[in-house]
Amino acid sequence: MSAPILQVENLITAFDTDAGRMTAVDGISFDVPRGKTLGIVGESGCGKSVTAFSITRLLPQPHGQILGGSIHFEGRDLAALPVQEMQRIRGNAISMIFQEPMTALNPVQTVGKQLAEAILLHAVCSKAEALARSIDMMKKVRIPAPEQRLHEYPHQLSGGMRQRIMIAMALINTPKLLIADEPTTALDVTVQAQILELIADLQKEMGMSVVLITHDLGVIAEVCDEVAVMYAGRIVERASVFDLFANPRHAYTQGLLESIPRLDSKPKTLLKAIPGNVPGIANFKPGCRFAERSGRAHAETHLNQRPAFVEISPNHFVENCPVCVS
Amino acid sequence: MSLLTVQNLQQHFPVRGGLLRRSVASCKAVDGLSFSLGAGETLGLVGESGCGKTTLGKSIVRLLKPTSGKIEFDGQDITTASMGELRPMRRHVQMIFQDPAESLNPRHTVRDILEEPFIVQKMGQKDERRKWVLDLLDKVGLPASAMDRFPFEFSGGQRQRIGIARAIALKPKLIVCDEPVSALDVSVQSQVLNLLLDLQRDMGLSYLFIAHGLSVVKHMSDRVAVMYLGKIVELAPAEELYHHPRHAYTQALLDAIPVPDPAKRRKRELLQGDVPSPINPPAGCAFGHRMKHPQWQASVGMNLTLKEVSPGHWVQPCPCCTQSS
Repeated sequence: MSAPILQVENLITAFDTDAGRMTAVDGISFDVPRGKTLGIVGESGCGKSVTAFSITRLLPQPHGQILGGSIHFEGRDLAALPVQEMQRIRGNAISMIFQEPMTALNPVQTVGKQLAEAILLHAVCSKAEALARSIDMMKKVRIPAPEQRLHEYPHQLSGGMRQRIMIAMALINTPKLLIADEPTTALDVTVQAQILELIADLQKEMGMSVVLITHDLGVIAEVCDEVAVMYAGRIVERASVFDLFANPRHAYTQGLLESIPRLDSKPKTLLKAIPGNVPGIANFKPGCRFAERSGRAHAETHLNQRPAFVEISPNHFVENCPVCVS
Repeated sequence: MSLLTVQNLQQHFPVRGGLLRRSVASCKAVDGLSFSLGAGETLGLVGESGCGKTTLGKSIVRLLKPTSGKIEFDGQDITTASMGELRPMRRHVQMIFQDPAESLNPRHTVRDILEEPFIVQKMGQKDERRKWVLDLLDKVGLPASAMDRFPFEFSGGQRQRIGIARAIALKPKLIVCDEPVSALDVSVQSQVLNLLLDLQRDMGLSYLFIAHGLSVVKHMSDRVAVMYLGKIVELAPAEELYHHPRHAYTQALLDAIPVPDPAKRRKRELLQGDVPSPINPPAGCAFGHRMKHPQWQASVGMNLTLKEVSPGHWVQPCPCCTQSS
């Protein structure tokens, strides 16, 4: 097997706020295998979007900073790259799809102009050529009548169409790595299914790798190869998708899987719920962060000492809190 | 006898245009639908965004005045009742909203929020009401200390509990739940769903449960109605609907749900296109039109009132979308 396209090692990202330094991503490590899809799943505030913004170096400046660790992409450490070099990679070899296509697209420019901008920033070509490539790409993401759509503004398009434009823009320079941050959360289930299939098809066609960030375990199960489960700024479990769903080892992963209503569950029965709430970033503990919601008694040492991230079985990693991992 | 009966309800909104802002068209958000809801029952309502689910919920609690049709609650016709006439009825019909951050007044403490229903209905003395508020907090699993805090001090799940406490304050008979968990985190959703199930059992509540997540709706409901473009296309007991869907749209919705089990990945028949605008809906079966079904033309001009195909299973009898089996 070839080397992974992206290797993140011990990444630490923090924000400086009035209340002090907040560590949103607290030492996470993962690989993205070439041509495959890695899913990052977690609840709000767990640091999944901050991870994506760290990789693309789009953290809000000057508050957000990468404090430690490395992000290796094609032999280069993105975390240490000068801004100009990063600009050459971003939107070219690595590109990103955002959650809300209405806020991510420029409302006062036609979609054609926005698509062409992505090309002209990274290649020397004529406007006519850029236009032709834009139309080509719009066909690829299955937008009907692209020649007319090119002259329309984002507000004239439906949510699903806007997300297709976002995808077209992200893929127009044939990236090697696509980061999709909740690409379907704002969409209906029917449109979600279309968009997920489209990403999978284009991935096969272009041979790119994908990092898919979502809070929906259903989406993960449908499209991902590898999964990383994040909780409170850390990865608590990482495995292949089949292994993770069949054999979850961490109490948080188990709790998540048990708490979702399924089509084959008996109606109007009580669900198994995880008690309590997702901790806020100001309340992150040094030790096992799931301790207070796990319903299992943790000793003092488990609360104060960070559990090691270990390979518990081949290609199955877990944050090895002895109480939460069974 | 059923608690709520809705007959041929229509809710149209004028689309204004031109120099004099005259009504140039109408948006048919809810376009002639009928159903009934029994005491202690949950009716789930699913459909894509823009199909009129929320409008229907608002018409039933009479936040909107229906264009035509009839809404009967507890044997009383409330379709055209005035605000004053509605007040006694409002005790029995409450609503839980999608976004708890936006449906709670940020300047009111939890006590103000929960006391208000009693004040509006002129119930109890000050200390009595305080006791009731404490009871409510206990029922929804919040500490008594929450009383003097403001909504922003709570997490999303806790805020939704406050919204639920407010809805059950007057011991209603019917609660319209409009996407009560879609703004919540996965691990908190199940807590709130459990709370709703517990309250229903303890208080004998009826729910109209509106959501776009089919797995959630199925879990919560006795019967499920599938809405498409302002109309119900299929209505059946929850299990029956999921195992034997009869309308092509129901099937398409079921196929689109991501199943949280990688071992059950399947090749899916995906629905293409978007929901058409309710301003100028196509004639006949709107879904057949979207699918460009060869037999769609046959549905134009047909009587598309729901038909009972097996006990309790109602479906729109269009030739294009309904299997004949």
